[in-house]
Amino acid sequence: MSNMGFYVSPEQLMLDRANYAKKGIARGKSVTVVSYKDGILLCAQNPSSTLHKISEIYDRIAFAGVGKYSEFDQLRIAGVRHADLKGYSYSRDDVDARGLANIYAQHLSQVFIHDHKPMEVELVVVEVKADQTNDEIFHVLYEGSVNDEQNFAALGGEAEQVRDHLANNFKPNLDLKSAIALSTEALEAQIASSDFENSNSEQANPVETTNSSSPKIQVGDLEAAVLERNKEGRVFQRLTDEELANYLT
Amino acid sequence: MSLPLFSPDTDPGPSFLNLLATEQMLDHKLNNTADAKKSVIEIDVPHGTTVVACKWQDGVIMAGDRRATSGNLISHRSMEKVFPADSHSGVAIAGVAGPSIEMVKLFQLQLEHYEKLEDRQLSLEGKANQLSFFMKSNLGAAMQGLVVIPIFAGYDIHAETGRLFNYDVTGGRYEEKEFAAVGSGSLHASTVIKLGHRDDLTRDGATELVLNALFQAADEDTGTGGPDPLRGIYPTIAVITKDGYESLEESEVAQKFSQLSQVV
Repeated sequence: MSNMGFYVSPEQLMLDRANYAKKGIARGKSVTVVSYKDGILLCAQNPSSTLHKISEIYDRIAFAGVGKYSEFDQLRIAGVRHADLKGYSYSRDDVDARGLANIYAQHLSQVFIHDHKPMEVELVVVEVKADQTNDEIFHVLYEGSVNDEQNFAALGGEAEQVRDHLANNFKPNLDLKSAIALSTEALEAQIASSDFENSNSEQANPVETTNSSSPKIQVGDLEAAVLERNKEGRVFQRLTDEELANYLT
Repeated sequence: MSLPLFSPDTDPGPSFLNLLATEQMLDHKLNNTADAKKSVIEIDVPHGTTVVACKWQDGVIMAGDRRATSGNLISHRSMEKVFPADSHSGVAIAGVAGPSIEMVKLFQLQLEHYEKLEDRQLSLEGKANQLSFFMKSNLGAAMQGLVVIPIFAGYDIHAETGRLFNYDVTGGRYEEKEFAAVGSGSLHASTVIKLGHRDDLTRDGATELVLNALFQAADEDTGTGGPDPLRGIYPTIAVITKDGYESLEESEVAQKFSQLSQVV
């Protein structure tokens, strides 16, 4: 990074980079992960039905990313390649979420320190296990730190409200319908708070605030997929708009 | 292992084979046609034998016997020769066992890898062409005696019909209208299917037909294994319809065979 010969303290450099990455990530909508009785549910607010935030990596492993699409999609592709190569050279049982989360972390920290700019992404790598208490949720941040989350996770710019909502309402052994309800409510909490911020900053437009009922996510704006706990082989399954509409009524 | 990332000009795309090549994990030693004169045909390696496939009213059915032979010895009694390729297609293999199984494994991975990277399955035609490409790249090995001959069958979701494909050793791909059979007992098996085949066969009818074909092949050909009630080993059978690939339970096959034995 060019500093034109002036001294920049390492603290300042790291802070600038972190702020740059955070800003990029904050532009995107959040993703939720919720472990439930029969699997793990991943939900994202995503109006596009073709540019996915949630994807399959391997038999029991899924991936979700927020931030800059081109960057997390590049990491998704690398993850699928890593998993398929590992499964081919060893065995399908040897591919695990922890290993993948670690090499993502390595790569992100390498880029954060050495490249021209940090990656504006936040990822989650999840693996469904036979027993709900053993489900693995790894949350990887833009600078390469890894958090091992229990039961649920939220990522994205407004993740704090979403995470708070999940933390206050999560129960073990939810069924899929309740898990979807919990996830969409958490995502809606985020919209509500960001709308609140907007209405505060844009006081020239007070008409918007008269609509006080909490905003609902439309089925078409929701992307959802599950890793099914009790199936064999490739257990990743996207939920169609029809299925989602049924669960949300 | 580090993260497999590529610059745009070296990116292997959605092909698992290209990925293996860029990672230097593809073994090209056998594919070198310059060495083809050195035949390895004298080595006794296990051979898989008869597999058949035919269309029926809701899709296609594939079946294979369970025997592998090395020369005049039986090297394996319960080998699988019919495999799912992905959710709506299957591949059955006759020929040298090692390369056959490796080819199936790579073919399955190739389809899965494409599906995950592109977020959609290849068309059935595309899958059939991929297998053709695999055959072509195996030509060097085939000329040294390591011959692999597959049958590819699947349900074409766009055309809403079952389809099946035959291959030759050079990668030639031939779509069959009714049935296909390859392997040492294929002459006998295909005669049985040819005589009994109709387009409106039911699932039961198609199962009986392919079982009878394999039974007659085993009766006339030493390379083909017949039903083995003593050990509980029966042919592998898979049906593929719009609902996907389904392997028949061994108990169902055993029951069909006991019915067949009353007719024979």
